[in-house]
Amino acid sequence: MGFWEVTLSLLGGLKYTCLIFALTLVLALPLGLVIAFGSMSKFKPFAYLVKTFVWIIRGVPLMLQVIIFFYVPGFLLGTPLLSRFASVIAAFVINYACYFSEIYRGGIESIPKGQYEAGQVLGMTKTQVFFKVVLMQVVKRILAPMSNEVITLVKDTALARVIMIVEVIQAAQNFAAYGLMWPLFYTAVFYLAFVGLLTILFGWFEKKLDYYRI
Amino acid sequence: MAVFEARNIIKSFGKTEVLKGVSFSIEKGEVLCVIGSSGSGKTTLLRCVNFLETPDVGRFYLNGDLLFDAADKKAKTDEEIRQKRLHFGLVFQSFNLFPQYTALENVSLAPLLHAKERPDYKENKKQIREEILSHSSDLLRKVGLGDKMDNYPCQISGGQQQRVAIARALALKPDVLCFDEPTSALDPEITVEVLAVMKELAAEDMTMLVVTHEMGFAREVSDKVIFMDEGVIAEQGNAKEVFDNPQSKRLQEFLSVMK
Repeated sequence: MGFWEVTLSLLGGLKYTCLIFALTLVLALPLGLVIAFGSMSKFKPFAYLVKTFVWIIRGVPLMLQVIIFFYVPGFLLGTPLLSRFASVIAAFVINYACYFSEIYRGGIESIPKGQYEAGQVLGMTKTQVFFKVVLMQVVKRILAPMSNEVITLVKDTALARVIMIVEVIQAAQNFAAYGLMWPLFYTAVFYLAFVGLLTILFGWFEKKLDYYRI
Repeated sequence: MAVFEARNIIKSFGKTEVLKGVSFSIEKGEVLCVIGSSGSGKTTLLRCVNFLETPDVGRFYLNGDLLFDAADKKAKTDEEIRQKRLHFGLVFQSFNLFPQYTALENVSLAPLLHAKERPDYKENKKQIREEILSHSSDLLRKVGLGDKMDNYPCQISGGQQQRVAIARALALKPDVLCFDEPTSALDPEITVEVLAVMKELAAEDMTMLVVTHEMGFAREVSDKVIFMDEGVIAEQGNAKEVFDNPQSKRLQEFLSVMK
């Protein structure tokens, strides 16, 4: 089995890595904001409920959550199994949304009260104050912790193989059956390239927001 | 008739009563300065006027009509308070400009948002936006910042930032423009440029409510001075009376310290 064949096979796995990464990001980023608002709710019982949820999701290994999403609905409710891919996405989105929510919360709470008050005395609605005044400042503040989390997500996608999704690492591991170990090490190149790209992207974004200081 | 009148404003934070029944009024075009030591309640009073704090008791009147009554629970919804706020502008001690917007965007942001509520906005969108932008630029030129319109707050000095903040407050054409110690965060030499703008506004008969530690400014510009002490108005009168002939011992002490 030659280098070219292995590369093609790993690229096939990379397709799932990328899909999990992209779908998780697209869905978890807005969901995280909703959860962040929930945990900051003025209605305390609701805020505590949300915080407990975040504690559970952040407290249980993501690998276990993937397994739970795949098997438990069938065991408990007798509903048909979710497709492998759908369970992975559900687990990843909820897990990452919870991590994102805490980053959002930190960012939102770090904006000085004076910014809200300035918006209010100018007669803006609460929604306008948030979207027109606060949000861009939050984005700038959370960019660094966000880039950390997003880079972690790239590598977490490898967990999908616990329910037999053939992402990059699983694709490489399949060659182990034929006595080939090097494809496994080769996968590092794919991750490094992926993360390298993200690093450049975040750097560019940071530079773009550099025109003002908070 | 008074353009604005506050009657018997009481406000507590927890068990601390910060305002213990404050009443005052401002005539149109008048400059009213509020002086007093820190903790006397003057900033809280200003924040009540701008609805950043809700008084526990008391009423506000605007042009003789009841604007706000603390006893009326229904009058405290967000939307109603938002509408009432538009009668007042506020310039903060710490400027609170929006850092991600240029000077011009800071001034025009709120008017542009409010314009969307106008029924004819969709038809005359372009014209309305142009009017707002040209009015905003005029205001920036008026406060002497015609050449800084496209600068971000971090690129201009504190005094310039505060002048942008004044233009921003003026952009909504408030009935009463309030200042909360507008020069306290500035170097003495920069203070002058902000006070000059405020004097110009006063000369143009802008109705102003100014909380300040600048006794020189208060003496020179104000039509009426209120001295607050421990949550009440301890003394009030025209500038001459208050500064040259203080009656109470507290005011005499305060003025001798401030000199």
